[in-house]
Amino acid sequence: MNLLAVERIKLFSTRSPWWSMLAALVLMLGMSTLFAAVLEPGALEVAATQVGYDLALMVVMVMATLAVTTEYRFNTIKVSFQATPRRSAVLLAKTVVVAVLAGLLGEIAAFGSWGLARLVRPEADLRIDTAAEWRQVAGVGLVWALGAVLAVAVGALLRQTAGAVTLLLVYALLVESLVGLIPKVGQNIRRWLPFTHANHFVRGGGQPAEGGQENALSLPFGPWGSLAYFAGVVLVILVLALVTVNRRDA
Amino acid sequence: MIEAVGLTKRYGRTVAVNELSFTVRPGRVTGFLGPNGAGKSTTMRMILGLDRPTAGDVLIDGRHYRDLHRPLRHIGALLDAKWVHPNRSARAHLRWLARSNGLPRGRVEEVLELVGLASVADRNAGAFSLGMAQRLGIAAALLGDPQILLFDEPVNGLDPEGIHWIRQLMRRLAAEGRTVFVSSHLLSEMAQTADELVVIGKGRLIAQSGAAEFVERASGAAVRVRSPQLERLRTALASTAGARVRDEDDALVVTGLTSDQVGEVAAAQGVVLHELSPQRGSLEEAFIRMTSGAVEYHAEETGEHLHLGDAGAEGQR
Ligand SMILES: Nc1ncnc2c1ncn2[C@@H]1O[C@H](COP(=O)(O)OP(=O)(O)OP(=O)(O)O)[C@@H](O)[C@H]1O
Ligand SMILES: [Mg+2]
Repeated sequence: MNLLAVERIKLFSTRSPWWSMLAALVLMLGMSTLFAAVLEPGALEVAATQVGYDLALMVVMVMATLAVTTEYRFNTIKVSFQATPRRSAVLLAKTVVVAVLAGLLGEIAAFGSWGLARLVRPEADLRIDTAAEWRQVAGVGLVWALGAVLAVAVGALLRQTAGAVTLLLVYALLVESLVGLIPKVGQNIRRWLPFTHANHFVRGGGQPAEGGQENALSLPFGPWGSLAYFAGVVLVILVLALVTVNRRDA
Repeated sequence: MIEAVGLTKRYGRTVAVNELSFTVRPGRVTGFLGPNGAGKSTTMRMILGLDRPTAGDVLIDGRHYRDLHRPLRHIGALLDAKWVHPNRSARAHLRWLARSNGLPRGRVEEVLELVGLASVADRNAGAFSLGMAQRLGIAAALLGDPQILLFDEPVNGLDPEGIHWIRQLMRRLAAEGRTVFVSSHLLSEMAQTADELVVIGKGRLIAQSGAAEFVERASGAAVRVRSPQLERLRTALASTAGARVRDEDDALVVTGLTSDQVGEVAAAQGVVLHELSPQRGSLEEAFIRMTSGAVEYHAEETGEHLHLGDAGAEGQR
C-alpha cells in the first residue's frame, strides 16, 4: 500500500502527467465531437462516438512511458531501488498506479465523448442499450489501462524516453497497418498483432453488417477473446521487463 | 558495520573494483580514498545493492542490502546530489522517500529543518544550487535516522562554509556512535575528517589504517642523505631490507626506512653524513605515488597488498 502511495506522490508531484492527461482528454473529446457533428445522421451510432480513442491512447502511453523513463533519465530510479530494494514491487506499484489512472481517464474520455455527441446530435439514436454498445464505450478504459501497462514495461526495458516512445508510437500507428500490406502473408500476420486485437475489442461490432476493416480481417477471437489476447501480450512484455529490471544494474 | 569481502565488479572489460576487502566500523568517520576512477562510487553502489558484484560480497550488519526491511532506517546514503527530479519540489522528493520506508511525514519537516532547507522546500529541486542540492541529498540520507551513513564525495564543488558544515556533520554523526563512510579523492580533505582510511587505487585495496598513521607514513616516507662516501652508503642501504634508494643531485633519497634507521646503517659502516633529513613532501604527492602504477606493481610483485598500520606497517620494513 505504501508503495502505491509512493508512486502516486511521484506521479502527481510533477506537472507533466497532468498535461499529458489533459491532452489525451481534449484530443479524444475534440475528435469525437467533430466527427459526430459532420457524420450523416444515419451513420452516427454509439461506436462512432469513440473515433479518437486510439489516437488519444498514444498520448496516454507517452504519459505512462515517461513515468518510468524520467526516473532513469534523472537517476531517481536508483533512489527508488535504494529505498525499496524489491525492484519488482517498485515496478508493479508504478504499473498499477499508472494503469488505474489511464483506465479512469479512459472511462471519463469515453463517456464524455459519448455525452458530447448526444449534445451535438440530439436527433441521433445514441442510447447505449446492447452489451456490444456498452463494450464499445466502457471498453476504452480497459484498453487504455492495458496500453499504459505496455508502455510502462517498454519504458522499463529501454530506459530512455525517445527510444521507448518512438518504438511504441511507430509500432502502434504504423507497423501494424503496414504489415497488413505485405503480399500473401501480411494479413495472416496481422491477425495476431496486439493493437489489431485491442481495436477489435473496442470497435468490433455485434453486427457483421458494419463491415469494418477488422471484420474483413477475420480475427481468430471474438471481442472479449481479443481483449484477453491483448492483455496476454502485455503481460508477457511486463514479465520480461520485471526479469530484466531485477537482473541488470540499476 | 560494513564488510566487503573480495568485492569485484567488471563492466565489460573494465575492472572497476578488484577483490576489495575492507571493514567500516561504527563510532568513527572512515574515509574512502582513491583517485578519480579508482572505483569508489562503484563500491558504494554495490553496498547499496544497486550494482551487482561480479564476485565477492558486501554485507551491512551481516546482511545483504536487498534483505534489509525498510533499508533507509538502517543505512542512509548520498551518492549523487543530482539524483532528483528537477521539476519536483524538495519536500515532495523527501515525502515519497519517507512514505516508501513507512516514516512519518513529520520526519520530512525535521530533516528539512536540520539541513536548513525548510524555507525553500517547496521550490523545485532543479532550481537548487549545488550546495542546496547537496543539503537535500543529506536530508534524504538522514531521513530514516540510520545508524550507517554513506557519502560519495559530499564536499565536491562546495564553498568553504558548505565544506565546514559537512565536516562538522560527519564528525557529529560519528560521535553519536554511527558508522560514517565517506569517499574523497583528496587526502588533505580526509586527513581533516577521517579517523580511519580505506585507500584504493585502480579498484584494489592499497591500505586500511588509521588516518593519522597513513598521513604520517605517506608524507614522511622519504629520507634525504648526503655524504662524501656516497657510494659506500648506497651499497649499504641497498642491501638493507625494505629500503629503496634513488639519486637526487648529490644526495640519496631513501624510502622505506626512517631517518633513525638510515643513520644507524651509516654508523655501522662508519660513513660520514653531511645531511640526514626526513622529507615531508606534500600529502597529495605522496598519495599520488602510493595510488599510481608503482604501488600496483609493488603489490603484484609481493603478491600482497601493501598494508599500513598495525602489523602491516612492520611487514613493510
Ligand atoms: N556503469 C558503468 N559502466 C562502465 N564502466 C563503469 C561504470 N561505472 C564505472 N565504470 C568504470 O569503472 C571505473 C571506476 O569508476 P568509479 O566511478 O567507481 O570511480 P570513482 O572512484 O568513483 O571515481 P571518481 O573519483 O571520478 O568519482 C572507471 O574506470 C569507470 O569508467
Ligand atoms: Mg565517484
